[in-house]
Amino acid sequence: MGRFALGIAATFAAATMAVAEGAIAPGDVEYDEYGAVAASLTGVAGDAENGKLLMNKGAGNCIACHAVSALSELSFHGEIGPMLDGVADRWTEADLRGIVANAKVMFDGTMMPSFYKTTGYTRPGDAYTGKAAQGELAPLLTAQEVEDVVAYLMTLKET
Amino acid sequence: MKRTTLTAIALAMVTGPAMADPDADALVVNGEIEMVTEASAPAHLEGALKTVYSGWRFRSDETQAVQMDDFDNPGMLGVEVALDAWTEVAGTEGESCASCHGSPEEMAGVSATYPKWDAAAGEVQTLTMQMNECRTERMGAEPYAYDKGDAINMTALLTSVSRGMPMSVAIDGPAAETWEMGKELYYTRFGQLELSCANCHEDNYGMMIRADHLSQGQINGFPTYRLKNTKLNGVHSRFKGCIRDTRAETFAPGSPELIALELYVASRSNGLSVEGPSVRN
Ligand code: HEC
Ligand code: HEC
Repeated sequence: MGRFALGIAATFAAATMAVAEGAIAPGDVEYDEYGAVAASLTGVAGDAENGKLLMNKGAGNCIACHAVSALSELSFHGEIGPMLDGVADRWTEADLRGIVANAKVMFDGTMMPSFYKTTGYTRPGDAYTGKAAQGELAPLLTAQEVEDVVAYLMTLKET
Repeated sequence: MKRTTLTAIALAMVTGPAMADPDADALVVNGEIEMVTEASAPAHLEGALKTVYSGWRFRSDETQAVQMDDFDNPGMLGVEVALDAWTEVAGTEGESCASCHGSPEEMAGVSATYPKWDAAAGEVQTLTMQMNECRTERMGAEPYAYDKGDAINMTALLTSVSRGMPMSVAIDGPAAETWEMGKELYYTRFGQLELSCANCHEDNYGMMIRADHLSQGQINGFPTYRLKNTKLNGVHSRFKGCIRDTRAETFAPGSPELIALELYVASRSNGLSVEGPSVRN
C-alpha cells in the first residue's frame, strides 16, 4: 500500500515479548471512569528517549496520524489525530497512559489504535502477513514501551 | 482527568489541520476523453458523503499526468496484450472472445455495470467471474487466475473501451443482499489496528496518513497501474492489501466477501467515469 506500508505496516512490528515480569497484563489495567490509568504499568520510570523513537517507528508510529513540532526533523507527519504539541499541558500522566494504552475508553469509537490490548479484535492477523494470528496476540506496545511513550509525551509542554 | 480536557479537545479540533481537499485538476485523456472525477454522491450514501471523487484527484501532478496520455500510461501495455488474447481461439470449442462479441468496442459500457446479478448463475458476478464463465462454459478453456496477469489485462481492455462512461452498478433486486453484506464489511473495523474502510476513506479522505494522501478508495479507476509495483492491480488485490495493513487476516481474491465488498464499493463510485486502466502511486 504505497509508502503507507513502509510508513505504518513495516514499522508497526508487534511487541513479541510476553508480558514482562511484574508488569500489569493488558486485561488487568484499571481505567478510571474517564479512561485514565493512574498506576504505572511496570513500576519502572519511562524512558522518554525510547518513547521518542517509538513515536516514529516500532509499533508506535504515532506520527502516522499525529503531527509533533518537536519531531519536525522527521518527515511525513499525519493529520488524522490532533497535533500533540503541548499535550502534557492538556492531560495528566494518568490520562496519557490511558490514551496510549486504550484510547477507546476515553474517546468512544476513536480511530486511534489500542496499543495495550490483546482481545476483542475482528479477524486479527499475524502482524502484516495477512494470515490469521497464531496463538495469543501480543499488544502493539509492551508495558514498558507504553511507559516510555507516556514519558515522551510528558515532555511536550508549551507553558 | 483535568478540567481543561473538554476545551483542550475542542481547541485541538479547531486548530487541527483543515480537511485537505482533493485538487481542482480536470482529467482529459488523450485530449479527448473527458472524465467526471467529481459527482454528487449516489442516494444510498446520504448522510455519509455528499460528493464522490476519483482517486486521481488525490494524486500528485506527476502521477496524474501519466494517466492523461495512452502513450505514457503503462497500463495500456496490458490492454495491448489483451487485444491479442481477444481474437485468440482458446479451449476445446474453437471460440475466441471475438467470435461471440465482435470487436472490443462493442463491449463499451459493459464494465460500468459490474459487479452485477447473474440470473442464470444465481449470484452476483464480477467482470472477472463473467469472463471466466465465458471461458469455461462457452470456450471450453481454463479460467484465468483471479486478479492475475491474463485476467487483469482483459479487464483493462474491457474498461478501456468504457472510459468516460459513468459507473452505474445496480444495488437493488436480487443484488441487494450481497450489497448489504459488502456494506457491512466496509464498516467493519478489522485487525489489531481496528480500522474499517470507512475510517480511512470516508472519515479521513483528503488527510495525510504518514506519507499517503488518503482518497475515497473508489474503484472507478481499476484496474490500476501502480508506480509502486509497476504492474496492473485488480480490485481484490487492493482490498486485500488495505485489509492486511490493519493487521488483519485478509480475504482471498475471488472470495464471497471480496465480491460483496466490490459490489458495495463500486456502487459508491456510481456517477464517476470509468477510468481503467488508471495510474496511481
Ligand atoms: C490511526 C490513527 C492514530 C494513531 C496511529 C495514533 N493516534 Fe493518537 N489519536 C488519534 C485520534 C483520531 C485522536 C483524537 C481522539 C478522538 O478520536 O476524539 C487521538 C488522540 C490522541 C491524544 C489526545 C490528544 C489531544 O490533544 O487531545 C494523544 C495524547 C494521542 N492520541 C497520542 C498518541 C500516541 C502517543 C500514539 C502512538 C503510540 C498515537 N496517538 C497513535 C489517532 C491516532
Ligand atoms: C489505515 C488506512 C486504510 C484503511 C483502513 C483502508 N485503506 Fe484503502 N487505501 C489506503 C491508502 C493510504 C491508499 C493509497 C492512497 C489512496 O488512494 O487513498 C488506499 C487506497 C485504496 C484504493 C485505491 C484507490 C485508487 O484510486 O486507486 C482502494 C480501492 C481502497 N483503498 C479501498 C479500501 C477498502 C475497500 C478498504 C477496507 C476493506 C480500505 N481501503 C481500507 C489506506 C487505507
